[in-house]
Order: sequence, then C-alpha cells, then structure tokens
Amino acid sequence: MRSYDAFIQLLGLTVVAAPAAMVLILGLPSLAGRPLSERSISRTIQTAIMVALLAALTVLTTMLADGDRHLAIEVGNWVKIEHPHYHFSIKLLFDRLSVPFVILTFVLCGIIGAFANRYMHRERGFNRFFVFFAFFVLGMVFTSLAGTIETLFVGWELVGLSSALLVGFYIERPAPVRNGLYVWTVYRVSDAALLLAALVLHHVRGEGDFEKLLGAGPWPAGEATITQWQALSVGALLLVAAAGKSALAPFSGWLPRAMEGPTPSSAVFYGALSVHLGAFLLLRASPLLALSPALCAGVVTIGLATAFFAASAGRVQTDIKCALSFASLTQVGIIVAEIGLFAPLSAWLLYVPLVHILGHGCLRTLQFVRAPTLLLDYRSLENAIGTPLPHANGIWDRCIPARRRRWFYRLALERGYVDAWLADYVVTPVLRVFRVCDALERRWARLLSGSSKQGQDARPAGEESL
Amino acid sequence: MSELHLPWLEAAVLLPLIGAICLTRERDPERARHWCLFFAVAAFCCVFCAWLDFESLEAERANDGWRLLSPIFEEPVLVIDELSGPLSSLTALLYALAVAATARTKARRFSFRLTLLSEALTLATLNCQRPWMLIALLALGGLPPYLDLRLRGQPTRIYAIHMTAFIVLMVLGWRLATSQDASRPAMAWSLLPLVAAVLIRSGIAPFHAWLSDLFEHARLGTALLFVAPLPGAYAAVRLLLPIAPTGVLQSIGLLSLATAIYASGMALVQRDARRFFCYLFLSHSSLVLVGLEGVTPLSLTGAMCVWLSAGLALGGFGLTLRALETRIGPLSLTDFHGLYEHTPNLAICFLLTGLASVGFPGAFGFVGMELLVDGVVSAYPYVGVLILLAAAVNGIAIVRAFFLLFTGKKYFSAVSLQVRARERYAVLALAALILIGGVFPQPMVDCCNRAAKLVEQQRWASWQGTSVMANKPAR
Repeated sequence: MRSYDAFIQLLGLTVVAAPAAMVLILGLPSLAGRPLSERSISRTIQTAIMVALLAALTVLTTMLADGDRHLAIEVGNWVKIEHPHYHFSIKLLFDRLSVPFVILTFVLCGIIGAFANRYMHRERGFNRFFVFFAFFVLGMVFTSLAGTIETLFVGWELVGLSSALLVGFYIERPAPVRNGLYVWTVYRVSDAALLLAALVLHHVRGEGDFEKLLGAGPWPAGEATITQWQALSVGALLLVAAAGKSALAPFSGWLPRAMEGPTPSSAVFYGALSVHLGAFLLLRASPLLALSPALCAGVVTIGLATAFFAASAGRVQTDIKCALSFASLTQVGIIVAEIGLFAPLSAWLLYVPLVHILGHGCLRTLQFVRAPTLLLDYRSLENAIGTPLPHANGIWDRCIPARRRRWFYRLALERGYVDAWLADYVVTPVLRVFRVCDALERRWARLLSGSSKQGQDARPAGEESL
Repeated sequence: MSELHLPWLEAAVLLPLIGAICLTRERDPERARHWCLFFAVAAFCCVFCAWLDFESLEAERANDGWRLLSPIFEEPVLVIDELSGPLSSLTALLYALAVAATARTKARRFSFRLTLLSEALTLATLNCQRPWMLIALLALGGLPPYLDLRLRGQPTRIYAIHMTAFIVLMVLGWRLATSQDASRPAMAWSLLPLVAAVLIRSGIAPFHAWLSDLFEHARLGTALLFVAPLPGAYAAVRLLLPIAPTGVLQSIGLLSLATAIYASGMALVQRDARRFFCYLFLSHSSLVLVGLEGVTPLSLTGAMCVWLSAGLALGGFGLTLRALETRIGPLSLTDFHGLYEHTPNLAICFLLTGLASVGFPGAFGFVGMELLVDGVVSAYPYVGVLILLAAAVNGIAIVRAFFLLFTGKKYFSAVSLQVRARERYAVLALAALILIGGVFPQPMVDCCNRAAKLVEQQRWASWQGTSVMANKPAR
C-alpha cells in the first residue's frame, strides 16, 4: 500500500517536474549564450509535455479507480524558520478542479507547441519564444495544482511575466513593446492584490494552506472556516487579482493590446488558459464566495459588466485577433458571473463554470490558430462570388435609430473610454506628480552645487517613447 | 571570543590595501587591471574563507587566530559575526566582479588603485564593531568617491556637504548617546544627531540629493561599489539599533517606507539610466531599513535577506548597466535603443537581476521579500502594506527600462557589441548565484535568521545593560 502511495506521489511530482526540467533545459543554454537548435527545442517541448500529460492522466485514472476525489502531495517546506515561526510550504493539490485544468493545460500547450514549431520556423526569436512558452507552462501547472496561496503566487507571477514578454515578442517594433509594458503593469496590480490576499490569509489563519482556509472537504464541497467579514476582505482582494489576470472590467484594456504577440501564444494565453486563470482562482476560492453574499454580488456584477462590455467592443473590431479576444472575454465574463451566481446556491453547480472553461478554452484555441487561414478562405470566397460577402442586418439595426447606433458604435470602438479614463485620471496625474518632484529635485541639486545646469538637466527633455 | 584558524579578516583588508599601494607605481592600465583583479579575488577568497571558518566554529563572534596587526592594536579590531560574514563576502564578490567586468577600453580611465582602497575600507568597516573605529572607517570610506569625482573634474560640493554633515552628526550623535548613563536606554532627543547621520548616509528622503548626484557624476562602478553594501544600514544596525527606543526606530521605519515608495515612483519617470538605477537602489535600501527598524524577528530576518539579495541583484544590475554604457555611452530612457540582438546576454542578465531585486519567484530575493512584507505588516499593520506598492512599482520600472534599452527598434552598429569572455563569466556567476539562491533559499534564510537574532539580542542586552556574550542565541 505504501509503495502504491509512493507511486502516486511520484506521478504527481512528475506533473510538475517535467515542465520544470523543460524550463531548465531551454533556459540554461540560453543564459550561457548557446541556445539549442530548433529540432532540440521542439523535441524537448514535446517530450516534457507528453510525459507530464501522461503522468496527469495516470493520476486521474487512479483517482477515478480509487474513488479518491482529493489527493494532496506535501512536497515539504521550501523555507522554514522555527523562531519566529514561518514556513513556506509547497503543496500540490489534485482534485476535481485542478486535474481537469492541468490536463487542459498540457493538451492545449502540446498542440500549440507543435503548431508553433512550424509557425515560428526560422524566426529570429524561435528560442526566445519557446523559453517564454516553457515558463508559461510551468507557471500554469504551479497555479493549477497549488495547494497553498504561496505556491499559487509563484505560478501566477511566472504566467504574468511570460505573457508580458511574449506580447512584446517582436522587439524591433515599438507598439508590441508598449503593449507588453501595459500588460505587465496591469499584472503587477493583480499580483499585488494576490500577495495582499496571501498576507491577510496569513494573519487570519496563520498559514496560506487552502485546505485549512477552505475546509478539508474535496472541491467543490469545502466549507470555509472564517467569518463573513474575513471572507469578504480576502475574497475582494482575490477578485481584484482575478480581474487583473482575466481582463475583467475595469482592467479589460490590456486584452486587445496583448494580441500584438505571435498567434500561437495569443491562442493559448488569451484564448484558452491565461485568460481563465482569474475564473480558476474564483472557483478555487468558491467556499469564500459562499460565505459572503456581498462578494457574490460583486463577482456577478463584474462578470456581467465584462461580458456586456466585451460583446459590444467585439462587434466593432476590424481585426480578427482582437474580435476573437473580445469574444473570449465575453465568455470569461459569463463564466465569472456563473461562479458568483452558483457559489451560494449549490457547490455542485460550480461544475457548470468549470465545464464552460474547458469547452471554451478548446474552442477558442482552435479559432485563434485557424484565424490566419480563415482570412485567406474569405478572400477566396469573395474572389469566387465577385463581391464582398453580404452583411445581414441584425436585430439591433432594426430596433435602434441610426443616431443612437453611431453613438454606441463610437462607445464600443473606444472600449467604453475606460482606457482613456484610466490614463487621464489615474496614470497621468501620478506620473505628473513624480515628474514635478524630479524637476524640484534637480533644482535643489543645482542650488546646492551652485551650478546653472547640471547633468541630464542640460539635455532637452524628449518625448517619452513608453 | 572564538578565534578563526587563520588571520583571514586582516588578510582580506590588508591585501587590497597592499594592492592599492603597489598600483601607485603601475602605469600600464592592462597590467593594473590584472593586478587589481588578482588582489580583489584574493580578498574575496579570504573573506569567504573567514565566513566558512566562522560557520564551522559555531560561535557567536570570532576574531583572527594569530593576528598580523597585534603589534599595532592590542585588542582585535576585526571581528566576524553572522551579519558581517555574508555581507563582507557579498561586498568582496561585487568588487571582484566589477574589476573583472571592466572593459579594456575603460581600463585607462578607471582608477583601480582607488577601487582597492575603497574595498579595503569597506571590508574593514563591515568587520569592525568598535563604535569609534566604525565611525572613523565610515568617514574614511567616503573618501574614494570624493577623490574619484575630483579626478574626473566633476562637481563635488553636494557630495562633500552631505558627507561632512554625516561625519559631524555621527561624531556628535555617538558622543551624546554615550555620554549618558550606560545602564539606561538613550533619550530620544540625544539620538537625533545619530538618527540624522544614519538617514543621510542611507540617502533617506529628504537627504538623498547626494546619491543621485554621485550616480550622475562619478564613475558608475565607483558609485555602485560605494553604495551596494549599504553602509548606512550597517551603521544603523551597529550603532543605532542597540540603543534607540522603539518609537525612534519606528519613525525611521516610516520615513524609510515613504522613501521606498517615493523612490520607486521616481524610478518610473527617469529619463536617464543612471538616475533610474539610483532611485531603484534607494527604494530597495529604504525597504531594508523599514525591515530593520521594525525590530520584530520576522522583519529583521526579512530585512537581512533583502539586504543580501538586493545587494547581489542590484550589484549585478548596475554592472550590466555599466557594461551597456561602455558600449554605447550614456543611456537615455527617453527613447528605444533596441540592443537585444547585439547583447542578448546582457539583456537576460538585466532582466534576471532586476526581477530578482523585486523578489520574483525562482530568484534569490523572492523569499526575502515575502519575509520582509510579512514582517513589516506585523510591525506596521496599517501602513506596512504600502511596501507592496513600492515592490509593484519597482517591478514596472525595471521592465520599462528593459523594454527601452533592449527593444523597440533595430540598432545598427559598425562594431560588435557582444559581451567579452570576462563579462560573460561575471554575468554567469551572478546569474548562478541568484538562481541557486532562489531555488535553495534555506541556508541563506537560516544565516539571516541567526543574524537577526544576534541584532535582537544585542538590542535586548543593551537595554538590560548586560553583555551580549552572556546570552548566546541558540543555533
């Protein structure tokens, strides 16, 4: 029996170890300035993902055979201090939420890895793409299987960094880079909210173990053991973190910008996996939602607002990737609303958003990778019939007057002016304050040094590129 | 007090000093660079061996076994403990890497003699626990950057004003603090000059003008090596922490927290890479002070970890910037440079060291930052969470600088900008340390925890009016 348990533990560890080995094999030669060949990179990716997928499937099979719905693997304390008491434990959780999500991750990443192998062939940044991709896979696996909020945070950050760097993948153009920084900025807000939630958890429960916080029962049947107010505070922070990661309102502005990255990464990040991480986090924390009706109301409101916003903005997009990204966001909004709606009703209803995530992820990935050839097909079709494809008027065209429609069109085209509002009333004033401080400091330095012009002050201030 | 098996500490200080003297007659810059590297590496080996030797003794403090300087000083001057061991090793490593990574084209202008002199003074400072001698060494340590500024014909007034104020206030402050009854804690008012001195040396706002001035006008390597070991924080630990009342320390902590946030915001809007680095560094050094002044076991351990991790990471970050400056001159952050294709190694090192400094998972600083945040929030429950704001903004500033320097356009160069072998080794050594420390953080956390206990115990012993030696912390 003990050897059987050890075997299951070994399989569980393999699920994480294979992507970690992939990161090392691809990352270390790059660090040493001797990247692997395209063939070696491709084989490494395929082997690592296949090994991890088989291990995950075997874990699932054994869990189904045993009727075991909850398998926790204590990897041990990464850091432990006796006095003052502090420990950073790594724990992997295999349950009905994490196993489907991690299998989805491996299936989609394996497919996209194979697709990208051809799509990125002889691209200058081939190695760079796959190094970031490997970090993304590792981050997704950590996030999916995290049994503690600290482990989840590790994966969360890895996904964020790889995502931002892949948005800015085409490094010779300024636009992708600007958008990469935008994505990174939103992710940092999301990371800070998650870290703050972890801190509050530590102060409430003394540790960040999900089992201790959300009840030892297998997902989705856990019952949180904290007060309603504590649930509201931790849940609100998790909601902000989820909103940043899943581009929920009011952070939706980064999603269309993220389409600057290569199509394979857009497919797997913003069509399937990364964009669902916020919903996954809310599903993981669903026992908290069940405790707080106010929190549920907030989740439903944000989900519906996002769905409405994305559906409106998606209808006026002129580029296929952006249209797909908004279509994806619409579904994510609906999934989030489902979570907020079902969590207080019945734990078993939470399977609905989970299945929605799995189905939507697969469909959207297919649409993203099909998108470039779809345009060619449309062109062939139009050439064959000799005219542009006919556009049928929808119900809105008949119901809403033309003037109103134009107003809605502009509103949707400008994405509800949320980006402009954030830029004008949040980012610009903050930066202006610091620029004023900088100017004052330079003046103070001039005064102290007794010189008229000093250092960079002598240089005319150029328009900033970022 | 326990004794090391060999006079490692004195050798670590004397070797660079001898090297500095030898190099006064050396006119060939290439030979000077080789000799400087030899002495810097030898000093690092001595300091590292001292640390290993000290750890094997399992003692609280130790001095050299058979002392070379016994004819001059009767009592041992250089003492190693849990705090000075890792700090000295880190400092000596940074000096060795800085010398190793100095490009041949810059060797003619880089003062190896002053670098070795500065290393000797810094190592002596970090291993000195006698208050007056520590103050003298801190004062002398400010000399090499001043001489460097003078040699380059750069303005020195801002630096000189601040350093003079630091020395005067430090002497006055320590005199006032020790003039009272030793068995009772110092009065808050009498500590004001000492507090002001520590704030000036640490560059806490509004006393940070000298820091940006130094980074703008001195050689980047000189400025980096002068500030990287955080001598201001060291002075705070040795001189202020044992005697200051909690209220005074909390006030410094809050001021440091404000500086950390302010500096992170300033790093975000800088148009020049040197000033950007200066504010980034200031933000991190302020975070260390926030943790130190929290004086809870967790915040002290976190502060020690961040001290080491940020020292290593930002040291590497600074050396990367220096390598870039060597290639294309002053780096502006108003436009894209697109250097990635020419210097991919430096780009990776830039990102790795930068993210390690803000505590990215997998890097050395991650656990330290977690501990610091946890400790600071316990010490300052409501405002402590603002530390997350500083960390988040620093992360944004680093990636912004990365994008501006390495991406955004195609850079055309008539000559190769690839890293040289020595630079590559320096980069790899740093990366290896950051990643290994990130994956296996427990030994360093244990070491920092012991250092934190020592600091806590010294403070406790000072307030009780008893000797710290009577209360050895459990190992």
